[in-house]
Amino acid sequence: MLKVDRLAIAGLPPLSFDVAAGDCIAIEGPSGSGKTRILRAIADLDAAGGYVSLEGAERTELPAPVWRQRVRYVSAEPAWWADTARAHVTRAPDRHRFERMAGSLGLAPGLLDAPIARLSTGERLRLGLARALADEPRLILLDEPTGALDATATALTEELIRFQLLARRAVILVSHDRAQIDRLAQRSLLLGAAMATAAQPAGADVTRAPAAATADERVATLARRWGTQP
Amino acid sequence: MTYHPLGVFDLLFAGLLLCLNAGVSIGFRLGLERTLLIAALRMVVQLGAVGFILKFAFEQGSPGLTAALAGIMILVASWDAVARSNHRIGDAWQHWGLGASAMLFSGLVGTLYCVTLLIGSEPWWSPRALLPILGMVLGNTLTGVSLVLDTLATTTRRERAAIEARLALGATRIEALRECLASALRTALLPIVNSMAAAGIVSLPGMMTGQILAGADPVEAAKYQIMILCVIAGTTALGVLLAGIGAVWLLTDNRHRLLSERLVSAPGQDATSVR
Repeated sequence: MLKVDRLAIAGLPPLSFDVAAGDCIAIEGPSGSGKTRILRAIADLDAAGGYVSLEGAERTELPAPVWRQRVRYVSAEPAWWADTARAHVTRAPDRHRFERMAGSLGLAPGLLDAPIARLSTGERLRLGLARALADEPRLILLDEPTGALDATATALTEELIRFQLLARRAVILVSHDRAQIDRLAQRSLLLGAAMATAAQPAGADVTRAPAAATADERVATLARRWGTQP
Repeated sequence: MTYHPLGVFDLLFAGLLLCLNAGVSIGFRLGLERTLLIAALRMVVQLGAVGFILKFAFEQGSPGLTAALAGIMILVASWDAVARSNHRIGDAWQHWGLGASAMLFSGLVGTLYCVTLLIGSEPWWSPRALLPILGMVLGNTLTGVSLVLDTLATTTRRERAAIEARLALGATRIEALRECLASALRTALLPIVNSMAAAGIVSLPGMMTGQILAGADPVEAAKYQIMILCVIAGTTALGVLLAGIGAVWLLTDNRHRLLSERLVSAPGQDATSVR
């Protein structure tokens, strides 16, 4: 579904990888290694050379707003411009999904109409995710989606991400939580020190199966968990 | 009442009033004596020079000289509009160009509309009508343009994360910056709206006062003042809109990205310096 071809980001080797519909790949690397910059470049929020295409359409063939309706960058620190969370979602069908998703993330309905400034960091993070998924983007770029969440909220967030994958959307996940990557992702993109230790053959694309399991095993595990065929 | 020309002694007696300012400064140790003296001298030299230059231009009545003076006025005004800003949009040339083109366009449109359609002076470029009107239009557009650029830069910097969030959710650059642009436009248009509301009650506008002192019929002076305020309001709106939209265009690119590196703080340019 997503094809990244020689994406050029300063300080990183050209990146090439594919993500299929229903797949989740993770980006791993130490802080400052460029994980967020990769996500922003794919969403076309920062200029970057190379080619990125989604379902056959290169990003420059589409107006940037249309591209970003399909390729959604979800920031680690969601920013707000209206007073309440609900006011950030204007289209009626999106509002419906937004409310459902906020509920599935364990947020009480009253929080949608509470002043944003009164909400906790974790509540804002989950509302930001619900807002980003409300209009059903095709590719979801998640930057530390559970960074500020407790165990229960993390589990609910991961359920929502799995649900997106089952709906044949694709996810690129940036996370510092190794166990979370193991639970969600089929493959990992390794950056910086992580890339060096992976002893990657020269010239190959930089995506590699994590040492813990091969991609096939991982897909099989996911499929078993959800009762679908890989 | 007829026109009473002022002599040198009249001006000297008027200048005597500045001793009050000097007295306050000395009495309260404000340390303003030097600044006050320089400001007073600048006022006398600048206004005197303008008087003589305008007199010369009126006597010559040449379109070339009129155009040259208008050009100098636009250059100086556009410099003034951007020089005291606390932020810069783009590099120095882009920032100045933005102010200059907005003021050039709106100043010319407003002035030409006024001298051709409203006053109908003969010939239309007659410096006696064109230059003072251009001056009044530029003076007010200057305030508006500098307010719109400064407010837009400040709010865009403050709301940067929210603007990027809207862009990431698929908003166009105009949608993402709409609130910042709206608040900048509102701030920039308020002074002229206020001065229209206050005209005649709180303040007697300078031009009308001058006409009345020069012996004109007060009703005629009021009609002129109404026309001038309308022209000023319209051209300010035009200039402010051009500068605001131009700034949004400079701060974003055609892939609807916010170029926040183009927002530069310009400290050391004192917004409160004595003019």
